[in-house]
Amino acid sequence: MTHANLKLHEPVGDEVKTTTCYMCACRCGIKVHLKDGKVRYIQGNPDHPVNRGVICAKGSAGIMQHYSPARLRKPLLRVGERGKGEFREIEWDEALALATQWLGDIRRRNPDELAFFTGRDQSQALTGWWAQQFGTINYAAHGGFCSVNMAAAGMYTFGGSFWEFGEPDWEHTRYLMMFGVAEDHDSNPIKLGLGKLKQRGAKLLAINPVRTGYAAIADEWLGIRPGTDGLFVGALIQELLNHDWVDFDYLVRYTNAHHLVVRDPGGADDGLIARDAAGTPLCWTRDAGAARADAVGIAPVVVGEYTLDDGRRAVPAFQLLAERFLAAEYSADAVAPQCGIDAAAIRRIAAEIADAAFRQEIRLPVAWTDVWGRQHSEMIGRPVSLHAMRGISAHSNGFHTCRLLHTLQMLLGAIDTPGGFRYQPPYPKGVPPANRPGKSRKPDGTLDAGPLGYVHAPEDLLVDAEGNPRRLDKAFSWQHPLAVHGMLQSVIANAVAGDPCRIDTLFLFMANMSWNSAMNTTGTRRMLVEKDDGGEYKIPRIIYVDAYASEMVEFADLVLPDTTYLERHDCISLLDRPISDADGASDAIRHPVVQPDRDVRPFQDVLLDLGTRLGLPGCLREDGSPRYPGGFPQYMVEHERAPSVGLLAGWRGRDGSREGTGEPNPQQLERYKEHGAFWHAEVPAAGRYYKMANRDYLDWARGLGFVGSTHAQVMELYSERLQRFRLAAQGHGAVQPPARERERVARYFDPLPFWYAPFEWSHVDLARYPIAAITQRPMFMYHAWGSQNAWLRQITARNFLYIHPQTAQALDLRDDDWVWVESPHGRIRVPVRCHNGTEPGTVWSWNAIGKKRGAWKLAPDAPESQQGFLLNHVITELLPPRAGGYRYANADPVTGQAAWFDLRVRIEKAADEPETQPHRVEVARA
Amino acid sequence: MTMLPAPARRKLGLVIDLDTCVGCHACAVACKEWNDGGQFGPLPDEDAYGAEPLGVWFNRIHSYEVQPEVTPDSQGNGPLQQLYKTGFVENAPAMTVHFPRSCLHCEKPDCVTVCPTGASYKRAEDGIVLVDEEKCIGCKLCSWACPYGAREYSEKRGVMQKCTLCVDRIYNESFAPAERQPACVMACPTRARHFGDLGDADSAVSKLVAEREGYALMPELGYAPVNRYLPPRPRRNGCGDKAAAADHTETLDRDQLPPLLRWVDKLLSR
Amino acid sequence: MHPALSVIFFTTLSGAGYGLLALLGAGLALDLWPRETASLLWPLGLGALLTSTGLLASMAHLGQPLRAWRAFSQWRSSWLSREGVCAVTSYLPMAAIALLALRQDAQLPWPAAARLAGAALLAAALLTVFCTARIYSSLRTIPAWHNAWVAPGYLLFAAYSGGLWLWLLAALHQVGAPLPWDRLGLAPGPLMGLVGAALLVTALKLAYWRRIDGPAAVADIGSATGLGRYGTVSAFEKPHTEYNYINREMGFVLARKHAARLRAFALVCGLGLPLLGVLAAIRLPDYSPSFAALALLSGSLGIFVERWLFFAEARHVVNLYYGARRV
Ligand SMILES: Nc1nc2c(c(=O)[nH]1)N[C@H]1C(S)=C(S)[C@@H](COP(=O)(O)OP(=O)(O)OC[C@H]3O[C@@H](n4cnc5c(=O)[nH]c(N)nc54)[C@H](O)[C@@H]3O)O[C@H]1N2
Ligand SMILES: Nc1nc2c(c(=O)[nH]1)N[C@H]1C(S)=C(S)[C@@H](COP(=O)(O)OP(=O)(O)OC[C@H]3O[C@@H](n4cnc5c(=O)[nH]c(N)nc54)[C@H](O)[C@@H]3O)O[C@H]1N2
Ligand code: SF4
Ligand code: SF4
Ligand code: SF4
Ligand code: SF4
Ligand code: SF4
Ligand SMILES: [Mo]
Repeated sequence: MTHANLKLHEPVGDEVKTTTCYMCACRCGIKVHLKDGKVRYIQGNPDHPVNRGVICAKGSAGIMQHYSPARLRKPLLRVGERGKGEFREIEWDEALALATQWLGDIRRRNPDELAFFTGRDQSQALTGWWAQQFGTINYAAHGGFCSVNMAAAGMYTFGGSFWEFGEPDWEHTRYLMMFGVAEDHDSNPIKLGLGKLKQRGAKLLAINPVRTGYAAIADEWLGIRPGTDGLFVGALIQELLNHDWVDFDYLVRYTNAHHLVVRDPGGADDGLIARDAAGTPLCWTRDAGAARADAVGIAPVVVGEYTLDDGRRAVPAFQLLAERFLAAEYSADAVAPQCGIDAAAIRRIAAEIADAAFRQEIRLPVAWTDVWGRQHSEMIGRPVSLHAMRGISAHSNGFHTCRLLHTLQMLLGAIDTPGGFRYQPPYPKGVPPANRPGKSRKPDGTLDAGPLGYVHAPEDLLVDAEGNPRRLDKAFSWQHPLAVHGMLQSVIANAVAGDPCRIDTLFLFMANMSWNSAMNTTGTRRMLVEKDDGGEYKIPRIIYVDAYASEMVEFADLVLPDTTYLERHDCISLLDRPISDADGASDAIRHPVVQPDRDVRPFQDVLLDLGTRLGLPGCLREDGSPRYPGGFPQYMVEHERAPSVGLLAGWRGRDGSREGTGEPNPQQLERYKEHGAFWHAEVPAAGRYYKMANRDYLDWARGLGFVGSTHAQVMELYSERLQRFRLAAQGHGAVQPPARERERVARYFDPLPFWYAPFEWSHVDLARYPIAAITQRPMFMYHAWGSQNAWLRQITARNFLYIHPQTAQALDLRDDDWVWVESPHGRIRVPVRCHNGTEPGTVWSWNAIGKKRGAWKLAPDAPESQQGFLLNHVITELLPPRAGGYRYANADPVTGQAAWFDLRVRIEKAADEPETQPHRVEVARA
Repeated sequence: MTMLPAPARRKLGLVIDLDTCVGCHACAVACKEWNDGGQFGPLPDEDAYGAEPLGVWFNRIHSYEVQPEVTPDSQGNGPLQQLYKTGFVENAPAMTVHFPRSCLHCEKPDCVTVCPTGASYKRAEDGIVLVDEEKCIGCKLCSWACPYGAREYSEKRGVMQKCTLCVDRIYNESFAPAERQPACVMACPTRARHFGDLGDADSAVSKLVAEREGYALMPELGYAPVNRYLPPRPRRNGCGDKAAAADHTETLDRDQLPPLLRWVDKLLSR
Repeated sequence: MHPALSVIFFTTLSGAGYGLLALLGAGLALDLWPRETASLLWPLGLGALLTSTGLLASMAHLGQPLRAWRAFSQWRSSWLSREGVCAVTSYLPMAAIALLALRQDAQLPWPAAARLAGAALLAAALLTVFCTARIYSSLRTIPAWHNAWVAPGYLLFAAYSGGLWLWLLAALHQVGAPLPWDRLGLAPGPLMGLVGAALLVTALKLAYWRRIDGPAAVADIGSATGLGRYGTVSAFEKPHTEYNYINREMGFVLARKHAARLRAFALVCGLGLPLLGVLAAIRLPDYSPSFAALALLSGSLGIFVERWLFFAEARHVVNLYYGARRV
């Protein structure tokens, strides 16, 4: 024996438990091996539908996060000035009594004075419900600064979205175009998918100013200029139209391309879809004239102008679309210099995707029945798929750019057909889903609906009689009507400005709002401690729930320490952000695999406890006793949103025999634990494509309670809903925007997608600020969380500004030089490095590596705070003042999505200072 | 035993697909976690939360750029002129290639023969190169002898550490057969890592290597690594499949106005 | 390569020690050595001290010094192990010589046993130094070491630095001797040997530097990554933004201008000044001990710098993975 003591057959540990990872929002299944009561090893769960056994760097490093020295240990009460980080440790009883007193006062006075905003969580099914019980309209999660453009554009176009609610057909696609994706929420599924794609030799085309990660393995990389994807896609659409590379049959079957749009310039019905008396959309057929657009066996037209029975003139929606995109402004030659992509390349790519879609058509021998009862012997597919994320969404033109991508997909017939983009159940749930945001309080003080939802018409907006925003973040106002995820990024600035209202308590959960999730970080940190003339903080109280000593903790008045993800129950619910895949619906739980060794409590338990103490209706039984004394685990099992519908879909019914709906099952959590902590229901084979109009699918989905009806869900090439807002802005309808908003609403509520320049381009002097500056997520770090992790920070403890070598040469820069990155908002001093795979007009860095000195229990001289930097300091949260001094948020005008990537900068060598000086921030306007 | 064993038939090793690796570091961290808590651990960290964090890793992920020769464009512009004149570089832009690096379990590794204690050895039965940490005196010589940077010395433990090819996983009978794989291979989300017997021409890994022309690193050093890298497939930068595109080039006759009219007679079925 | 002080101390001290012992061994073997006990014990003791200190210094370099005994086991393949075996073996002739010295009669010629022990000591000392050199020169990963210049260099440096010590001992021994030639310490033959060694070492070192400055490279970043066939390879991101063991141990980079200055220093200090010392002592034999001491001091400093450069200038192929283009 050469090795004295080599044991080949040691078991991993003495116990293994399955649960769900939460080192990021992908929520993979994990097996946690324990040894002597400590976590020994975390591996991917091979049975789990999300990750199929693989695990990412963050997931493996979860063990270090779990044992991080930066974990909070006890509730904290501020004793010094806010922001100084001076706290007194207090007992939970005192902490909860204090919170109950503060929140109780508010609830009696005006529930809207509580701003309850949750960041990176997956408990929106609980937190949203709690806010509704409390009665505040000022609730949202983090989507507004994240990717709401993707979610909203998808939901309002085809009832699904790139953002987590759909996926490319990894098994069949032959051509995947990836726009602006560095990592995505679906981290592991995308990587698994790309691996498959590569094995099959399908083409991967990356459209991204930066070539790293996914783009690095792409067959072709188009280094597009940030903010110009809409032009590029518009040109592709023009090419498709020019060559008739369009799946017309698909369009008239599944979209509203043939619906007749009324032409009545100036009229209240201009741009609306012509309907029959029953409200059914009309189309035009050559033999029978006007006909119900949903009739089968007809041959509708897609161009021409027709006169309706009532004398009005109307054209098919497709014609409007074609008119727009055949215009010269969308020609390849016109867009090429703006996008930085050669016109010939654009034409070639249009030809390539057409070739893949139409010449390499897929026919799966699977019989299915459509909603109209017609049997099909096969599923025909167009193997071109698209995927996009924040490179599209984090621009002020992101909503329409994303709609353009969906338009391209529809023209190709590549939404939910084999080889294309696929819905993940429970989607599609309506275009958009039916639930509207709550607006008013019921007698018991609760809101009439959840605070977030889908605005369908101006009537659904949360505006006062003058048309001013009612919500603190101005979501669902005329400024950002479709802000379906709220606008967390505006909350602090608005509360401090008292615009549109003041609040009493800011209750934040899991959002690092004083650092990496803030725009204008320096200013935000000042605002958090700003006082009024009376010496009171402008945000009187801040309650913050975190598990770690993040930058935000020091700004809290009361800190409620959460457990780590291995110490608590969580519910990954279909009512929330589901983890389904295209072939099946899934939900999952987290449950404690180890007990906390600190005086911390799971936030969900705390929230329910607070609700009970506050006497929120949903938290009490009829007799006034606590409804959920067992805390969140009890809620997960017993709470019913509607009769038989709860947070978890698996093992419902008293005996656990039902799926989707059914009575609560007291043994439900046990069943989950026995089954790897997840539930998965496969879509029947006949229901796997055409889900928007597939009876086999819709019957199955209705059985599980995902959809209320099995009617076809019509995709909206043309958005009548947007047109209604435009009409309101033109002076039609009961609810109209105030005068100052009209022009903006009319312009951006275009029923057809279009490209416009990101707002920043018209607000800054592009000659002075010629370079676009963006960030990317590193695959091995999760926002701010990663840096406290002893392993992950060994990979990256500082970040560099990457620049194309030729741009660097023009600016006389070399690797490791320090430069000033200046925007109109301020400047930061950072080190540069060259990277050939960067578009020459763009600079970029890894996101959220820079840390505030002293945060996360890192040493004061840690590279994260000395050399690492945040671009956020030079990103403004507000656009420049307009006439009357009014300032819009630096966001998409439709959805309120923060426009992180619109940033323009100039780069100057920081020759004045020695290279060893640490990173510095100088802002013009704090 | 520091003398190399007679060449074995079995050559266990890894095959890493550079065409698919996205540089996510999953394999590196999974490796660290597996080995840190296992019998070859700990893999100590120094200054873990301080100014100079450093630790022992058996697997590290690099990324490289490869700049193909840029030839003048049709007007004879060099790359810089192309960039400034037109905003495009006509020729292929640089590739970014992610590149994991761990022990290659060489067939003729000096890291073994230089070892004065016999702590470093190559297993006769499968070619795995291991360090017996109980014997190692921490002279570091083996790390000097390894061209591939695969050996990392732990100041805290005073011994040399390296990739074990997860010898305590791949034979482990307390594991389900499917889990008898190196931790890095199990973790890799793109499935860019493959494990198997490269001495067996019929094994899946050998076939993969043959099919994709897998190569060894720095063969000129003479260490005869067992691990293989699969090269990135040719990137279709800017050239694409001209053939497919060619017969799609008949464009719309813009003079035939209005262009929409051609769809008037389209017979669509619903 | 990182110039670790422990290793540099080790190679310089033990080099000098084995040099001295080798000279002693040679002297004995050839029956040229003076017959007094003191003239035997002093160099022997000093040699033992220098080599033992060197070995101890090298132990300081080990992570697990208590297990050092294990290092003798792999002599069949490992130069380090062989070095250890030789080093330990060299104590045997040393002990034999010490015994003989204590017992011997100054009037009689060296017994055959002493001459045999001397030969053994010579062999053991030279072999030890040779093994030390081979530890480095056998590394294919470090082209600056993997060449034919290294072993002769180590041997010559050992002889030369041993010679410097010997001169000092001899000069001290001969203080007050009647003849000026005797007061010089060394006989003209050995003294010229020392001068010759200095000149040879200089020539060797210059040739060595010429070689390692040359363009020949064993590998480049293209072959290290296998990506060279696609174009020019450069490092974009390293696996970690801070340093790791490999960078610290193998990534030491010495600026060219420093190298040039240090090389000049090593030559002047290590070889030039001692030569001047010899010349000066020939002119002023009464001060020979002082010149010998100065020569030794200057020579040792120079050799220390030379040895530091030997490490600091050597580049390891692993740096190719961290962005070096060629090594
Ligand atoms: N420049 C730039 N800025 C950006 C972006 C960008 O691309 N560029 N991206 C934006 C986007 S999309 C997002 S989503 C935001 C993300 O920004 P944040 O949502 O602020 O994300 P984190 O920094 O991860 O902070 C979340 C907080 O959750 C805490 N936490 C972690 N685990 C737990 C737990 O188990 N319980 C509790 N209670 N707390 C926990 C962490 O300690 C941290 O303080 O950043 C935005 N900011
Ligand atoms: N490892 C890890 N995973 C994460 C996170 C994390 O922090 N770490 N965060 C999670 C969160 S909250 C989110 S929102 C997702 C976001 O996931 P991604 O959408 O992948 O987020 P980003 O890293 O912001 O990537 C934006 C990409 O768009 C590119 N880009 C920027 N501007 C443009 C443009 O105008 N056009 C095009 N075509 N591309 C552009 C950038 O170069 C970058 O590659 O990731 C989630 N997953
Ligand atoms: S992608 Fe990684 S961090 Fe995110 S849930 Fe999955 S394993 Fe965990
Ligand atoms: S890669 Fe290095 S450590 Fe591994 S066997 Fe080869 S020489 Fe030895
Ligand atoms: S460090 Fe340990 S394993 Fe390496 S050569 Fe020395 S004794 Fe052998
Ligand atoms: S085989 Fe095992 S030890 Fe080697 S790199 Fe992979 S995980 Fe690490
Ligand atoms: S896990 Fe796979 S994709 Fe990620 S770096 Fe390792 S080999 Fe590459
Ligand atoms: Mo996000």
